[in-house]
Amino acid sequence: MAQAEASPRLSREHAVTGLTENLTSLGVPADWAGLLAALTAAVLLVTFVAVSALFFIWLERKVAGRIQDRLGPTRVGPFGMLQTLADGIKLLSKEDLVPAAADPILFRIAPYIAFCGSFVAYVALPFARDWVAMPLSVTLGVMLVLAILSTEVFGVLLAGYSSGSKRSLYGGMREAAQMIAYEIPLGLSVLVPVLIAGTMDLNAIAGRQKGTIVSWQVFHDPFAFVAFGVFFICGLAACKRAPFDLAEAESELVGGFHTEYSGLRWSFFFMAEYATMFLIAALAVLLFLGGWHTGVLWFDLSESLGFFGNVLNAGVLILKAWLLVFVMMWIRWSLPRLRIDQVMTTCLHYLLPIACVLLLGAAVWRIGAPRWLADGTPFVLAGLTVAGVVWFLYCVVATRGTLPTAFDPASFTQKPTTGDGA
Amino acid sequence: MNDLGPTPLLLLASGLFLCGVVCMILKRNLIGILMGVELVLNAAALNFAIFARFNPAFEIEGQVFALFAIVLAAAEAALALAIVLNFYHRHGTVDVDAGRELKG
Amino acid sequence: MIVALFVVLATITLGGAIAVALDRNVVRAAVWLLFTLLGVAGIYLLLGADFVGATQILVYVGGTLVLLVFGVMLTAQAPFMQLQSHWTDRLAAIVVAGLIGSIAVLVLWPGLPSGTAREGSLPGTAKLGEALLGVEDESQFPLTNLPIGAARNRPRTAYLLPFEVISVHLLVVLIAAAYLARPRLAPPPAPSQQAEEKP
Repeated sequence: MAQAEASPRLSREHAVTGLTENLTSLGVPADWAGLLAALTAAVLLVTFVAVSALFFIWLERKVAGRIQDRLGPTRVGPFGMLQTLADGIKLLSKEDLVPAAADPILFRIAPYIAFCGSFVAYVALPFARDWVAMPLSVTLGVMLVLAILSTEVFGVLLAGYSSGSKRSLYGGMREAAQMIAYEIPLGLSVLVPVLIAGTMDLNAIAGRQKGTIVSWQVFHDPFAFVAFGVFFICGLAACKRAPFDLAEAESELVGGFHTEYSGLRWSFFFMAEYATMFLIAALAVLLFLGGWHTGVLWFDLSESLGFFGNVLNAGVLILKAWLLVFVMMWIRWSLPRLRIDQVMTTCLHYLLPIACVLLLGAAVWRIGAPRWLADGTPFVLAGLTVAGVVWFLYCVVATRGTLPTAFDPASFTQKPTTGDGA
Repeated sequence: MNDLGPTPLLLLASGLFLCGVVCMILKRNLIGILMGVELVLNAAALNFAIFARFNPAFEIEGQVFALFAIVLAAAEAALALAIVLNFYHRHGTVDVDAGRELKG
Repeated sequence: MIVALFVVLATITLGGAIAVALDRNVVRAAVWLLFTLLGVAGIYLLLGADFVGATQILVYVGGTLVLLVFGVMLTAQAPFMQLQSHWTDRLAAIVVAGLIGSIAVLVLWPGLPSGTAREGSLPGTAKLGEALLGVEDESQFPLTNLPIGAARNRPRTAYLLPFEVISVHLLVVLIAAAYLARPRLAPPPAPSQQAEEKP
């Protein structure tokens, strides 16, 4: 295991240290240069998160509309793209409402804690080989991201409690129970690619997956394949997305923990949710799906093209993450909601043992798999997956324009029964 | 790091310890007392990490001890909370002054 | 810049700790405790103990603090109920604070030698793992003719036994806590009148 973790590449340019050096060479004193570089990185990340959230809200409404056989926003801007901006302006102009029974300080703090709980983790996320905000990723990487994700529970809990209303409290507590329960299989399933790579450094894990699609860690062994699924499901629960969205269950709890929030405070919760969605998706891409490597080129773009290569790599990573976020939205609008006991049963009775077995299996595979098995499995798995995706796309294209038979009135052979069973 | 000696850091850890003890004395709510205990344990673990930084022979041991302290504190908090729940079921309140059965 | 960062983090940590001690509302005290613990995690990261800092956030904030807040919510009797402390308690708190504060200042006033603090992070996750297991990365320390007691050849102490003991300890605590906190059939009694008498 020791050879996989070589001496940390501290000479690699991290965004903040790189920026600091650039600024010091311009004559800014060293301390201020560091602070300025950190601020620049933070501003860039906040901008990225905010713009992503804008895009996701539009995407969600379009996806929801199309799945429900309607169009979604179309009027404001081309394809309704400025709808989110219009919504944002509306939210900004709403009355700043704090319920009389609410705790004044906690009610105001809660959205920011929830947002910070997911945004701060972006500091450790590498967008390209040389683009990571803080060098902490060398020793910590995944662990820091998981640790900060676990503080988001607090925002939800506080929001539910400090709203001073029963519905909010129930929503908050159920949601907190769900989030902390799903942290366990999330962490265990993250350990599988860490085990395969031998390091927690996200940059190194993604760098290991250089090359064509067969070097992606999700195809490394069947345990990693299933671990990707487990990670995705647990990530859905961590984002409080359907089918785990009891906290926001509109049909049950009005709004759950954010019932009493309106205007800009409410929008912070939703920025937090979309930030977490992108974070989970980016983490899945970095750990399992090849990071910033394209999967068709056998070389790393940033090595040959420098800064422009980094831009392309970051674009590839963001595109892959957006694809996974689209899958999350697709799942949300297709599947019904789970009850709280079903949620907890899924976690503790199914996902947790599965994750433990996966960890053991990955360890045994790494130690004891014969050479032919270890080399051949990625090709088999990758081939099966590519074939599956191609078949799925063919089915989608071939049935375009036709209704599913269940909704085709001509296929109904039974007469519908009347209300009183006559 | 060489311009920040161990003294301010150790003063910070002592301050945390102080606040933890004061919290334990001042609070009547059982869970408030538990928060004081958590502060005290944090101060101790922080001390280990400080000495790990400023004594190169101790750099691994300090971190290991801090880790153990954190983990053990979490375990102790879980158990203490279970006891608090039992207390609440018995007395209907978490006021420490309600626990008088052993007095006198 | 390190000093500035330390001042900011120390303000957050100590301010949070003082607020925990002085705020009578338990839920607010939990929120100030959150800031205190995050401040301590920041100081761990400042000291270079990266893994300890991440563990602090993961275990303490994400685990223990959530547990405390759940406990507060499960044992709340009235919304935001506050319990007043008695004047003897406040006097004792002042006396104890004075004693501990003076001890700390007396011990630390002469100052400690700062030693040869190294730059950068302390040994990271890999080294900690090796220390816990008691193995050493052979490729970094090839067998040479160094004298006995030289740093490179010193056999690394293994923390495997405490690690295993703590694992079993956690298991025991898990079972005990689950048993102690099992759901009861009888509802809790109303708070007794004796609690409000003067002690």
